[in-house]
Amino acid sequence: MQKSGTKSKSSAGQFFAELTRKPIFIPIVALLLLAIFNLVMDPGFYAIALNHNSEGYPVLSGSLITILDNGSELAILAIGMTLVTAASGGQDISVGAAVAIAGSVILRVLCGTETQPESLQAPVIVAFLLACVVAMLFGAFNGALVAFFRIQPMVATLILYTAGRNIAAWINQNRLPIVSEPSFGYFGGTIPGIPIPTPFFIAVICVAIIALVLKFTTLGLYVQSVGINENSARLNGLNPKLIKILTFVILGLCVAVVGLIKVSRISTINYSVVAKDIEMDAILAVALGGNSLAGGKFNMAGSIMGAYTIQFLTTTLYKYNVPSEALPAYKAVVVIVLVVLSAPVVKARLGALGKKLSSKKNTAKEVG
Amino acid sequence: MKEKSVLEMRGIYKSFPGVRALQNVDFTLEEGEIHALMGENGAGKSTLIKVLTGVYEKDEGQIFLKGLNKPAVIHSPQDAQNLGISTVYQEITLCPNLTVAENMYIGRTKGFGTNWRKMNAGAAKILKDLDIPADATQQLSSYSIAIQQMVAIARAVDMDCKVLILDEPTSSLDDSEVEKLFKMMRDLKAKGVGIIFVTHFLEQVYAVCDKITVLRDGQLVGQYEIENLPRIQLVAKMLGKELNDEEEIKDDSLVYQGADADKNVFEAEGLQSNAGIKPFNFHIKKGEVNGFAGLLGSGRSECVRAIFGADKVIAGKVKMKGKDVKISKPIDAMKLGIAYLSESRKDDGLVGDLSVRDNIILAQQVLRGFFRPYSKSEAYKIADEYIKLLEIKTASADTPIKSLSGGNQQKCIIARWLLTHPDYLILDEPTRGIDIGTKVEIQKLVLKLASEGMSVTFISSETDEMLRTCSRLVVMRDRKVVGEISGSELTQSNIMGTIAGGDKK
Amino acid sequence: MFSEKDPTIEKGGTKMKRKKILALLVSAVLAVGVIGCGGGEKESTGGNESGGDEGGLIKVGIINNDPNESGYRTANDADMKEMFTEENGYDASFAYSLKNDEQISAAQQFIQDGVDYLLISAADTAGWDTVLQDAQNAGTQVILFDRTIDADESLYVASIVSDMKAEGETAVNWLKEQNLGEYNIIHIQGVMGSAAQVGRTGALDEMAKAEGWNIVKQQAADWNAETAQQITQSVIDAGTSFNVIYAENDDMARGAVAALDAANISHGVDGDVVIMGFDTNKWALEEVLAGRWNYDGQCNPYQASYIHDIIEKLENSEEITEKTIVMEEKGFDAATITQEDVDTYGI
Repeated sequence: MQKSGTKSKSSAGQFFAELTRKPIFIPIVALLLLAIFNLVMDPGFYAIALNHNSEGYPVLSGSLITILDNGSELAILAIGMTLVTAASGGQDISVGAAVAIAGSVILRVLCGTETQPESLQAPVIVAFLLACVVAMLFGAFNGALVAFFRIQPMVATLILYTAGRNIAAWINQNRLPIVSEPSFGYFGGTIPGIPIPTPFFIAVICVAIIALVLKFTTLGLYVQSVGINENSARLNGLNPKLIKILTFVILGLCVAVVGLIKVSRISTINYSVVAKDIEMDAILAVALGGNSLAGGKFNMAGSIMGAYTIQFLTTTLYKYNVPSEALPAYKAVVVIVLVVLSAPVVKARLGALGKKLSSKKNTAKEVG
Repeated sequence: MKEKSVLEMRGIYKSFPGVRALQNVDFTLEEGEIHALMGENGAGKSTLIKVLTGVYEKDEGQIFLKGLNKPAVIHSPQDAQNLGISTVYQEITLCPNLTVAENMYIGRTKGFGTNWRKMNAGAAKILKDLDIPADATQQLSSYSIAIQQMVAIARAVDMDCKVLILDEPTSSLDDSEVEKLFKMMRDLKAKGVGIIFVTHFLEQVYAVCDKITVLRDGQLVGQYEIENLPRIQLVAKMLGKELNDEEEIKDDSLVYQGADADKNVFEAEGLQSNAGIKPFNFHIKKGEVNGFAGLLGSGRSECVRAIFGADKVIAGKVKMKGKDVKISKPIDAMKLGIAYLSESRKDDGLVGDLSVRDNIILAQQVLRGFFRPYSKSEAYKIADEYIKLLEIKTASADTPIKSLSGGNQQKCIIARWLLTHPDYLILDEPTRGIDIGTKVEIQKLVLKLASEGMSVTFISSETDEMLRTCSRLVVMRDRKVVGEISGSELTQSNIMGTIAGGDKK
Repeated sequence: MFSEKDPTIEKGGTKMKRKKILALLVSAVLAVGVIGCGGGEKESTGGNESGGDEGGLIKVGIINNDPNESGYRTANDADMKEMFTEENGYDASFAYSLKNDEQISAAQQFIQDGVDYLLISAADTAGWDTVLQDAQNAGTQVILFDRTIDADESLYVASIVSDMKAEGETAVNWLKEQNLGEYNIIHIQGVMGSAAQVGRTGALDEMAKAEGWNIVKQQAADWNAETAQQITQSVIDAGTSFNVIYAENDDMARGAVAALDAANISHGVDGDVVIMGFDTNKWALEEVLAGRWNYDGQCNPYQASYIHDIIEKLENSEEITEKTIVMEEKGFDAATITQEDVDTYGI
């Protein structure tokens, strides 16, 4: 009895030591801290209720549902951002502006030249596919700057970051189209009869797709090889330039999906504030997921978890009346903690601590 | 200290963890002389230079400079500069977006005020004195690398230097530019500057130098007047072989004596890449093991890189198994059954953070294509098979390759290429930086593969190794193929003679 | 759209950065374009600037912020372009920039060109003294619109502005008149420190204090609809009851309403929650007209007619009695709004 107890304790310590070395350690700890904080402050945070929306359809509500709902965009962007980071060792800071462009394209197609059309001018799928094409082209543009001209990704994407929202405004000739067709709101709201927010489903689909792609293609191996050692990758027959561009194009696809959700949420767009600062959250999600922002190996599950962790934080901060403009300050604190946690020195210490704990417990048990 | 000496280094020792980089090295430089510092990779040239310029601190020994009656104290590059020791490196270390004059005076003006007119005039005068065809007020980047190199030298000279170190200054220059640089060096020599010239080009040493100091394995081999040291002797001293050395034990039993020896697996005609090698012809027969011999920097690696499409091929025709083919990038070569283990394992071979397993399957996976990834179990099976076959010492197939020892890393890369089942395997310095046991294993593996019909090109800095494995050697000097040695001609002295070329005294 | 009345909105924000390229273009055009034939951003409706005074046209130089900045600005710019045409007796040149220094150099150029009137919507309040002095010396009359600047009053003839505090007071007075019995308000604010936020928040805070209203949530959503949606959602999730949403612009009101709809909380006329927005976007007025919202406050972008009046008076050598003209700004109530109001005041 005593013996088995000792054993489990010791392996728990070892498990802890092992865990600190895993990249997913950071988002798990962050998520746990937030969860415990909310549990202590107000257990009602975790209440989920089944209500009906104004159209009489059932919807689930509660803070957790809100997190799953609003974290979707970030999770989707984190997928693309992870690949871009891994392959090119830098980040795309133009995703917010690109979301504005994709959203603007969707509204342009749906509304034509009218501001408030009676009916949709084109099916939503056409608008979405066109937005995908446009966003992927902009992604390819960013990727080409990075791959062919060897511009640091943050600098290369600064161009679109600067001009993107103006381009978005230009696409609709600065009009602010409004879609009155209720079915368009399903993508950012709920589908009648299904009580779970649609964005969450979309995020799940995206995650499933990338999981399948990573399983059934060599994308992961190629991207990591290019990110770790471009010369080696080339001498092993890869085309690093193409792979870098590919990651930016995939991010473009993610951007288009996010654009659809964003404009669907409020059925209109504001070019200057839609998806504002989302690039920083997406990059933070990647970092929170235990990925090195300098590229190389990546951990997709970690990034997605990181995205929901950030949304968890945001929702918690809203709950406690922190003004939205102060959110970046709190996120900055998270970044600092993160950077410190992921520093090799601290990791080694934590690992040692885990071992120490386990050995202490062992001796304590033996003495007792 | 001798009357004419500007620099004397006495009994210099320098160690790094596990390596004795310099042991009791002496070096003397007289004023108005161009002194070549020669040695193969790892001989200690760059360590000696770095000790002299204050980049490294010496462990023991003394440095004397003209005009100082006590040993010089050099703790930093700044100290060296203040004592009149200037260095011009292979890569331009100036600021390309500043003007020529600004580059010559940057970091040397006291205070905040700058008298632009005075500075430009001063620069113009120096440029004129040294006969450098550059305008002081033009941006540096508007000039060729050679001129930029000269400006760097002018800057060094103007800083009142007594000792000028030129570290591989000619490696990115063409012939006429080299000639200009030599003229400048001779002018400076006439002005009494002592010049230390580090280069891999034998021709250039004999064209411009007065004396040669040879280092090998961190030790001084000797200092020689140029006219007393014929090329072949120099090569022998660098490689550490005496000419009458009879230790060329050629174990015929290990060298492949294939039957279908007349079938060319690969042929190249007038092949040339943008890496600076002269066009060359080359062929390899089925089951043959051949090699490229030559000193470091002679173009051995560049040749095989051109074959594999690793550098941009700019001219030439290639045939694979008798068929005309085009190889413009590595994947082309791989698809034709060529495999290439690159010279620099760390920079061009490893994917450091990835596991041993991923590193082994990488090339074959690329050949299989994007949509046909190996399943995890397949990958493990393959990796384990090769780990066993090549006796790779690793905790598991999941271990990151960077945590393995050099020899085991190299075995992983060899495994990677063996997995592609190539017809033609190129091994560029596969034995560099690995333990002696693994070296022998690799040599044996090469011969075994050849006996099974694989053609192998084997390159090594150690001539012994090549003699033991290759049946034919292509000899290179100064980026040119200068000869081919095979059969009974294949001896240490013949190779060295061909490498040295020129006057075979 | 939110109205950006305060230069602080643009100053530190990312908006500034992403307008950089445009601003560069503008400055390039200003550097060469103003002297030569106006191209690109600078347009001339008169088309005969090189000829100087002719045809009795009044030469005006108009310096405005980038029309892409917001719906408010777009409406404002369109209004100016409609008013200052050749038919109305004007030879107008336009220059756009979000940067103060570029605006100032444009002003200098206009003064050199010998315009009769200089109309300025300043990006920043400071730094205008010298150029306005130059204008005075050159006999150019300066009229400020939309935004005030820190300069001596003698340097300009008039200033036509909105009073954000008054807008807020109109709104909260209306809210008081609704006699809701109890007031539990979600207050969604704009970018903190902007004039619109300060004015509209100030009015509500004062009234809430005086009347004992309960503000259940007061949070900044930075003019962003989605953020407003999330904030409202957080109040709903927490189970706090409320009956008023006071959003400082239309977009944020829209976001809040989206959250209410998802939670089946009725709003508008006969609803449980009173919805209030600002800026009179056309679509917002339509929401009010349909009874889904209760109130929308105006932020008037149409200063052109006021300027026209002043110029006419000056041309007829009449006295300008009021230096600072605060524009009339209405509030629209769901009970009284008409389709005509929507068409007239919607931007």
